[in-house]
Amino acid sequence: MTLDIVQMVLITVLAAATPLILAGIGELVAERSGVLNLGVEGMMIFGAAVSFAVAVQTGSTFLGALGGAAAGLLLAALFGILTVGLAANQVASGLSLTILGLGLSGLVGANYVGMKRDPAPHLSLPGLTDLPGLGRLVFGQDAFVYTAVALVVAVSWFLWRTRAGLTLRAIGDDHVATHALGLKVRKVRFLSVLFGGACAGLGGAYLALAYTPFWSPGMTAGRGWIALALVVFASWRPLRVAAGALLFGGATVLQLHAQAAGLGLPGQLLSALPYLATILALVLLSLGQRHGGSLAPASLGRVFTPSR
Amino acid sequence: MRLDLVPRTRRSPVLDILSPALAFVAAVLIGGIAVAALGVSPGDAFVTYFVTPLSEVWSLQEIALKAAPLALIATGLAFCYRANLWNIGAEGQFVVGGLAGGWVGVATHGMGGFTLWILPAMLIAGTLAGAAYAMIPAVLKVRLGVSEILTSLMLVYVAQLLLDYMVRGPLRDPAGYNFPQSVGFDPAARLPYLMEGETLHAGVVVAFLAVVLATVVLARTLFGFEVRVVGASPRAARFAGFSDARLTLAVFAISGGAAGLAGIVEVAGKIGQLQPEISPGYGFTAIIVAFLGRLSPPGILIAAIVIALTTIGGEGAQIDLKLPLDLTRAFQGLLLGLVLGADVFAGYHVRLVPGGPSGRPVS
Repeated sequence: MTLDIVQMVLITVLAAATPLILAGIGELVAERSGVLNLGVEGMMIFGAAVSFAVAVQTGSTFLGALGGAAAGLLLAALFGILTVGLAANQVASGLSLTILGLGLSGLVGANYVGMKRDPAPHLSLPGLTDLPGLGRLVFGQDAFVYTAVALVVAVSWFLWRTRAGLTLRAIGDDHVATHALGLKVRKVRFLSVLFGGACAGLGGAYLALAYTPFWSPGMTAGRGWIALALVVFASWRPLRVAAGALLFGGATVLQLHAQAAGLGLPGQLLSALPYLATILALVLLSLGQRHGGSLAPASLGRVFTPSR
Repeated sequence: MRLDLVPRTRRSPVLDILSPALAFVAAVLIGGIAVAALGVSPGDAFVTYFVTPLSEVWSLQEIALKAAPLALIATGLAFCYRANLWNIGAEGQFVVGGLAGGWVGVATHGMGGFTLWILPAMLIAGTLAGAAYAMIPAVLKVRLGVSEILTSLMLVYVAQLLLDYMVRGPLRDPAGYNFPQSVGFDPAARLPYLMEGETLHAGVVVAFLAVVLATVVLARTLFGFEVRVVGASPRAARFAGFSDARLTLAVFAISGGAAGLAGIVEVAGKIGQLQPEISPGYGFTAIIVAFLGRLSPPGILIAAIVIALTTIGGEGAQIDLKLPLDLTRAFQGLLLGLVLGADVFAGYHVRLVPGGPSGRPVS
């Protein structure tokens, strides 16, 4: 009995963490290659809107999820052309992407407000899913959750166990030296940005197709920004992004329960907790790192223009 | 094919002015296509967005009233962005400024006797509160190296929730039938109208004076010079002995103060009481305005008017042509992106070169 309650809590924590893992892991790859894309929120919400529209039109959750990833990819391509191709300021370009994505999501989603779909189907393995205590947690999730977990493992393996991953990290640390070595700095960065966009779009799709599951304007509610903070908090390491997202998901669930239980605290304070927790986490992290120097990719956010 | 960017020895002054204009034209063209896709004649939409608002007295006033906070906030942000510091939490500083100033208005409600001090006190309280709120990310940045981008943004949500709490709780009008709003301010706590029977209030003058002041400070003072040097060449600034930390605190205080002032101007001018929401996203739109205006105060003034025009036009288009407001937002985001992209032509010679990868790097 109590085991089942623990499992229920863990399942909700994992659900709250999944969009953050998806968006965070994508942004991590982009940042590891040296590009700071502040447009995660915009890509995420555009992905949410498009995924829901596609899913309703086609009746397929899978096509919806693909549509969401494609939407994020499209916005990321715009960002890549601006910052990687035309050497525009990354911070400002990312903000423009967020605003554009919020606007576009409203346009796409306008006809779908108030509609509801069945949530994405959950895995069901006879025997395994019914295991008491952990069956549903391990064997009863939807495809988004498994994709998120697989992405964390895959990105971790790719960045530290493959030659291409080493190249990507090297480019993020020193674009001048890697360019001199003949590595294709701009191509790698552009692809990394695209990957980040697709992941953010998928994160949005999870919100619209599995987590809620409906479309409402502004439904990402700052999750894209929290994913950005998670990457910093995780010192640009995939497994720590996942751990941070779980911590964060836990805090979200705790806040919801506290609100339901009515602890006498103002609801606004509880709603502000995730944002305050993010700031606190960033502060604690930098306190812990005071003597170690920065762990950020050394070229992060710096403009690169090859010549001749 | 590859894209080559060769840095110009000097930024082209002609393209510096021309490129935002070209970006604007491109955004209007793309917007026209989007409008056509939504089944509305692009010509009609253009007239509704950009011509109709300019043809009536009330809508001209609305443009000025929207442009004022945008120009005020963006001018403050220009100091930050010029110094390569990224305060993107102006929306929160705006809200906190409106809340603090509005608090003075609520506290002095019904006060008799000498009341001339109330309005200045509200403006000062709003400015100081905005500046103080901006000090949180600034101090965290200076002392601990925490990214100011994320902290300033997170504090926006906190500020909005704080305002919500105060308006529903301690500052709610006890005689207001439980509506989440404060008492209406006394006339002594309202910005005066500029013309009898119209909506234009003195906040527009406040914003204009701030832009003039900022122009002078940036162009003619040592502090303005420091801001420009740090932005253009951090190394040179260090050799010159300019203090990073001091400058960070200063530009955050300026941008936060400007946003806070804009907040209380909105509350004491247009709204006249505290509500759960006092900003239609001015703090975020001002970021577009700052870049559209090329981070120079006179440019920002023009950009604020253009963006205000599209916003008012967007409201008109929603009513007359059934075009969604999100179209305006998408247009503004697109415009900022195009402005940033077009900027490259002022700083670089851009060439499309056939053939393989580029060789020797110059950074």
